[in-house]
Amino acid sequence: MTTISLEREAAQAKQSRQARMRHRRRKFLFEVANHSTLIALSAIFLMPFYLIVVISLMSYRQASLRALWPHPFIWHNYVEVFQAVPFLHWTMNTLFVSTLTMIGTVVSSVPPAYVLSRLQWKGRSTTFIIILSTMMLPGQVTMIPVYVIFAKLHWIPGFLPLIVPAFFAGAFSIFLLRQFFATIPDEISDAARIDGCSELQLMMRVVIPLAKPAIMAIALFAFLGAWNDFFGPLLYLVENQDLWTLGIGLTQFQGLHHVDRNMLMTASALFMMPVIIIFFFSQKVFIEGVTLTGVKG
Amino acid sequence: MQLSAVTKLAPSRKRGAGSTVPQNRKLKTPWVFIAICMSPWVLGFLFFTAYPMVTSFYQSFTKFNIVETPKWVGFDNYYRMFKQDPDFWKAMGNTFWISAISIPLRIAFALFTAWILTKPKHGSNIYRTLFFIPAMVPTVAATMSFTYIFNPAVGPINKFLEALGIKDPPMWFIDPRWSKWALIILGLWGIGDTMIIYLAGLLDVPKSLYEAAALEGANAWQQFRYVTLPLMTPVIFFSSVTGIIGSLQYFTQAYVAAGQVNDYSNSMYFYATHIYFEAFRAYEMGYASALAWVLLVITLICTLIMLRTQKRWVHYPNGTLFK
Repeated sequence: MTTISLEREAAQAKQSRQARMRHRRRKFLFEVANHSTLIALSAIFLMPFYLIVVISLMSYRQASLRALWPHPFIWHNYVEVFQAVPFLHWTMNTLFVSTLTMIGTVVSSVPPAYVLSRLQWKGRSTTFIIILSTMMLPGQVTMIPVYVIFAKLHWIPGFLPLIVPAFFAGAFSIFLLRQFFATIPDEISDAARIDGCSELQLMMRVVIPLAKPAIMAIALFAFLGAWNDFFGPLLYLVENQDLWTLGIGLTQFQGLHHVDRNMLMTASALFMMPVIIIFFFSQKVFIEGVTLTGVKG
Repeated sequence: MQLSAVTKLAPSRKRGAGSTVPQNRKLKTPWVFIAICMSPWVLGFLFFTAYPMVTSFYQSFTKFNIVETPKWVGFDNYYRMFKQDPDFWKAMGNTFWISAISIPLRIAFALFTAWILTKPKHGSNIYRTLFFIPAMVPTVAATMSFTYIFNPAVGPINKFLEALGIKDPPMWFIDPRWSKWALIILGLWGIGDTMIIYLAGLLDVPKSLYEAAALEGANAWQQFRYVTLPLMTPVIFFSSVTGIIGSLQYFTQAYVAAGQVNDYSNSMYFYATHIYFEAFRAYEMGYASALAWVLLVITLICTLIMLRTQKRWVHYPNGTLFK
């Protein structure tokens, strides 16, 4: 009797162990399959970067032979790009516009977002709906009269048409900040108000410190938006070579001097690098920012 | 446009007005403070949105070249657009073509990459970062690089394709039949931000639903089709609306690429390119304003159509947001 039951138990245990093993093996295989797909996808996503960097380090002759590995490495390309075209100058222009755009956006967007989320007032939701609907408005509709305003002010060509609008609060930044401010509990504000805190103090000392991640996100988006912008500089800077940003400079690369065609990849790599470095350091802020609004940055 | 994708991610504040403040200390609305805080936006709205909109609407009925004062011409600009301007139809056709192909492709690809990112137990953060990086690259740099690496003479992409056994790989940007496909590939490369939004949506789907589906004997595909997909429809809806709006204004990639390869047949001539050329090359600013207003009307019509169809396919777990 006992032996039979023992045997049966042993058989059962063996069976379940086998099942578990099978299960684990299945899971392992799935994991392998998932990672293989992901690695393949990563290769596709990274391939252009690989090609850009590799071509940027080749001699022109090599690049025209469609080589896939530089032989020899022409590190000098990265020096030459600064000598052949005013690359540093373009970088400085881009940096200047981007930094001021960022400052303008943060300074002008925080107060409206605060008022739209932390205070109750008549007309608040109507205002917010107007702000959101301006996000849908194609820029082409306002582009020409705005251009005419700046032309009348004699600001074209110049940086002002790119920078000044940033100081008038963008709809997207207000939206992102409002979404974040709204998640801060009311009790905090109410407590501060009872303690005699004015609205200004409340905004500066309580809400802004709590909303640092969101403010970082709009600062980043504003900076990168200006850094990557092409259309604005195309309208307002093209006529004066001294004002060119990297985006404009790159498109005019060939016409400028006699530069090897593959140096364009060197310039592109340098143009991308700061953005990618910034991204690596601020990934969390970035991804939270994108998810918070559900809209493109 | 408050969309469920948005409200779900950042729960909107439910506020019992000043509930924790004692009734006798009811706060007065600080109107001065509100006015000062709102002023940057209000002024910006007046100078850069409201006034320009009214002006450009007026100018769309005029002949205007920035130097002289606008001259009233009635509906001439609109007549010219539909009857006398073949470039308008070319641009319109190209824009609709690329929208019709690229929007569904982008959605499918973003959904697929986001979905596969939720699968592995470990390490998905690394892949997420890698997939996202291309979305960060400045549009001009990305476009210049793509026109180079897809160049049939000097670019390595066709070398790969030849190595894979494809005899006559496409000429990509140089060939009018393939140039828009090259632009679509460029767009798919930068799918990262859409993917992140989808990923957030996918991670929001309750695990219990999958477990329930598995108990009912649903396989992986059925789980995706009957659990994931319906719950993702609000996010998909949202990204299609923003996708359409963006796609109708498609400009930089096409402009830069066309400048690189001498696009003799205007295969990369889109609606926004047409507006730009009319306004700032031909200085036909009245006509360009009319084009811009037609763009606005098309955008509104597309959005309204989307809103109309959403009842049929968008599934809101907590009731509809659009009524």
